[in-house]
Formats: sequence, structure tokens, C-alpha cells
Amino acid sequence: MNTLTAVDSSGAAPPATLVDLRREFDEVGIGEVLDQLDRELIGLKPVKTRIREIASLLLIERIRKRMDLASGNPTLHMSFTGNPGTGKTTVALRIASILHKLGFVRRGQVVSVTRDELVGQYIGHTAPKTKEILKKAMGGVLFIDEAYYLHRPDNERDYGQEAIEILLQVMESQREDLVVILAGYGDRMDKFFGSNPGFRSRIAHHIDFPDYADDELLAISELMLGDMNYKFSADARAAFVRYIALRKTQPLFSNARSIRNALDRMRLRQANRLVADLDRVLSADDIMSLEASDVLASRVFSSGSGG
Amino acid sequence: MRITQGCFSFLPDLTDEQISKQVQYCLANGWAVNIEFTDDPHPRNSFWEMWGLPMFDLRDAAGVLMELTECRKVYGNSYIRLSAFDSSHGWESVRLSFIVNRPKEEPGFRLERHEVEGRNIRYTTKSYAVDRPEGQRYGAS
Repeated sequence: MNTLTAVDSSGAAPPATLVDLRREFDEVGIGEVLDQLDRELIGLKPVKTRIREIASLLLIERIRKRMDLASGNPTLHMSFTGNPGTGKTTVALRIASILHKLGFVRRGQVVSVTRDELVGQYIGHTAPKTKEILKKAMGGVLFIDEAYYLHRPDNERDYGQEAIEILLQVMESQREDLVVILAGYGDRMDKFFGSNPGFRSRIAHHIDFPDYADDELLAISELMLGDMNYKFSADARAAFVRYIALRKTQPLFSNARSIRNALDRMRLRQANRLVADLDRVLSADDIMSLEASDVLASRVFSSGSGG
Repeated sequence: MRITQGCFSFLPDLTDEQISKQVQYCLANGWAVNIEFTDDPHPRNSFWEMWGLPMFDLRDAAGVLMELTECRKVYGNSYIRLSAFDSSHGWESVRLSFIVNRPKEEPGFRLERHEVEGRNIRYTTKSYAVDRPEGQRYGAS
């Protein structure tokens, strides 16, 4: 403790010696982004904790820089693993704006790509393609979705390896110019990192996105409906709780994305139900609310009872 | 003889940091930056070789600098220029162009006199560099 303060007071002689942390925090405006994260993203406790930690580290790093206690830019490359529909892309967008507000990326744009945009189709096509994407992402965040497709272990002449090599090189040599976020499903990402140890060591933050619980999915659905100016009637809400429980047990469940699709289908059914009775005067409330019948008509219920 | 064409050519050579700021200015205006190189320094030589394609949709100068570094590795002893193309309607042309790299030695130009009919004289300038074939004009590379 004592040595720490001693270093602090002596090392920080020419630049600022005292920093008002609260003012610094307000100034960069990350509080706002973090609050927004809490408000708009439901669940994801471990992810939020990790983002808070990263944001705090970056804030302190910023202050340290002003005090001339430079320790080199921290490595910010990340990997997001989790099942489909757990909010990896959404969080990547938020991370970009946090990094931008703290000044760790200069522009704050997110370039979201998959294998197709990085890997070419013939010899000599890959390098320019990968470089072009990298150039577009400079000063911002490069988000590579389903990154494990870059590596095809069954085909050793696959051009993906070339893209990986260019990526690794830029991730190392231009760390202050861009942040790379790799995303994908947990088990496949582990395999990917296993066969490309260079990636694993160059990525500082491995964040795992947990699946949503039933009540979180319900909260998400209500948030989505609110954004679209819809609401559940009391019956419909109860039916939807059952829907979620049933849908989760079925194959191809992809968390929030499945919920979004279910809501879209319910809107379809609601519109159909309203149009079926043309001799009716509709109130705004009628148009806004989804009824239990809109939920219960779903295939999920029939296949659930049928076996 | 130091050739002067494009912007900033009467100033000392720009540092990478200065180049990066100029590029950032171009990008902020929505212009696409292009890298070109040549070993024929004649001011009327408008056909410079392109280093890759013009870079559209960039947000940060670091991308251009990355390509420039690559280009310098290969053509470090030639002229390299950056040009910024404005694609907006009504302009559709190069808005800014400046040299970012030159050979170590620039031999300059000689004046040639052509005696034509009636004791008239026509003048033409010719770079000493182009006496040698393309690719060998400034020593190695």
C-alpha cells in the first residue's frame, strides 16, 4: 500500500496528480451506455459484469495515461461464445460504443462479417479481400460471426487459413487501430481455438453468453412487443409463458431469436383475426393487443400435445 | 532536382503522421483514397500505376497507411502519391493529390531544343531518369 502511494505521488509530478473519478466517469459518458445496457439487455449477468470490469479498467487506464503511468494499451480483442440468439451481436455493438467513448478506438464503427466476406474463392483472392475488410474496420471493431468457419480442418488447401494468418498479423501489429471480436457457439469455438492457438493467446477476454431463463425470455418478449407498440392481454401472457416452456424443449431453439420469430407469427395471426371480421369498429387497444388465441394457435402447442 | 507536383510539394516531405491527418481529412469528406506509383516523373505523365483498388468505405486513415507501408516495401525508391476521389454528383473527380514518397536521388530534367522550319525552335523537357528502361530508373527496384 505504502509503496503504491509513494510511486503514485512521485511518478505523477508533471501531469495531473489528482483526478476526480466521478467527474472523469461522467465526462466520458460510459455510465449512460452501461445503464442502457442494463435496461435494454435482459439477463446476461456474467456478460454485464465482464463489460463493467472492462469499462472500469479502460477508465483507469485512461487516467493512468494522463498521469504518465503508461502501461501500454491493454489488449482488447474478445471472443463471445454462446448459443444462438443470446445477444452476441447486440453486445458487440455496445462494446464498440463503450470503447469509442473511452477513446480506445478512434471511430467506433462495427464491421460485421462472416467467412464469405473474408475468404476468397480462388488463389490470390483471399488476401485482398481480407485486407479490404480490415481496412474498413480500422479505427473500429471487426466482428467476425461464426469465426470457426474460417478454419476447415478437413480441407488443408482451404483458403481460410490465409485469412487467419492475415488476421493474426494485424491483430498483433495494429492493436491500437482495431479491436477484433470473434463470436460463435461455445463447443465449436473451443475446437477452433484448439487448432489455432495463436488466436487464443491474442484474445484477452473470453466472454460466455448463458442461455436465457424462462422469465427472462418473457421479459424480452414484452420489451420487443413494447418497441413494436403491441402488448399481451392477460390471457395471452399466461399462454405465452406456456409457449416458452414448450418451445425450449423443442429442437432448434435459439433463445431471443426464436422469441422474435414467434412474436412475428403472432402478429400475423392477430392481423388475420382482425381482418376476418370486417364489420367491426376497432379501437387502438384492439389493434395493439395480442389475444390468447393468437398464441395458442401456434404449432408448438399441437406438436407438444401430440407427442 | 526535386519535382513539385500535387499538393504540399513545396513543403518538406510529409511525415507519416501528417499524411495520416491529410488522409483522415479526405475520409471525413467522404472521398475515396487511392495509392499510385510511377518511375516516370514527367509532369505530363498522368498514367501512374495503381496500387490495388481505390479504397472506398474506409473510416480511419490507419487502413490507408497500412497499404502505403506495403507499397513502400515494394516501390520504396519510386514516386508514390495519394489521390482522393470525390464521387459526389457534380464533382466526380480527384479533389486532392499529393506525393508521399520519392526516390532517394531525383536526377531532374534536361531541356531539348528541336530546330524546326524557319529557324524556329521547339522546346521539350525530358527526365534523365527515363533514359533507362522502366524498373531500372532509380537503381534497384
